Amino acid sequence: MNLSLSLFPLGWQHYLLGGLIIGLGTSLLFVLTGRIGGMSTVFSSTWSFVVRRPFFQQARFVESRGWRLVYAAGLILGALVWWLGFAGGKPEATAVPVWQLLVGGFFVGYGARLGNGCTSGHGICGLGSLQLPSLMAVLTFMATAFLTANLAARWLA
Amino acid sequence: MSAARGLATLAAGVLFGFGLSYSTMIRPEVVLSFLRFEDFGLMLVMGGAVVVVALVYKLAPRLLARPLLGDHFHAHPSAWNRDTAVGAALFGVGWGLCGVCPGPAIAGLGAGNWDLLWALAGIALGALVQGLRAK
Repeated sequence: MNLSLSLFPLGWQHYLLGGLIIGLGTSLLFVLTGRIGGMSTVFSSTWSFVVRRPFFQQARFVESRGWRLVYAAGLILGALVWWLGFAGGKPEATAVPVWQLLVGGFFVGYGARLGNGCTSGHGICGLGSLQLPSLMAVLTFMATAFLTANLAARWLA
Repeated sequence: MSAARGLATLAAGVLFGFGLSYSTMIRPEVVLSFLRFEDFGLMLVMGGAVVVVALVYKLAPRLLARPLLGDHFHAHPSAWNRDTAVGAALFGVGWGLCGVCPGPAIAGLGAGNWDLLWALAGIALGALVQGLRAK
């Protein structure tokens, strides 16, 4: 009990159950459509609607941009169901400063697209397909994220 | 995209977004508390998801000739090279700074977290610059 409290001060059940549900969503996509449901590609494929450069006009973006937006809409809808049905509809907010969200977001977008995956693409789909390169990617971003978050807590707080 | 495939994709997204919210991964504070070793919940979220996905990715192609609404099972192509290494490292720096990754940046909007629009804008901009610099 003490160990559980020190590792998971807010409880652990909702983490595990939420993770299983995320896994079910990714699995449903695969069983029904055969698609791999990482989330970061939508940020490149959606630009293909407006940016004419050859990079964004690659078949892998143009051909998947429709379903990726539908999948993203599903994410919003799923969060809405949770928010209204389970969380009382009180708007979520964050105390993380705007510049950190914006600058951090920039590196998240740039890095995920350069490295071809994020926490869901490498973390869930890549590890789920037992890919060693994805494991290396996860260990790499975990390491730099641990370092950044701890330094930020010390210097920026 | 047929209506059935569209609906299946939407339903899968709904489960994903619900799971992200239910596990409170749409709260940057919770993600940052993991990255500062104060709460290890994120390991359960990722671990739970990976176990389910690993089973299904392994079993579905053995039990089914093709996806129920599609023509073939895709694979997650990943390679370990300079781009993957540098990209993952930069992703981690950004993630450690803001506590938001692509899924929660999108899902958070459904829970009225408008602050996450800043992270969403940052991610979209980062993806744009990456594409413009590529090749």
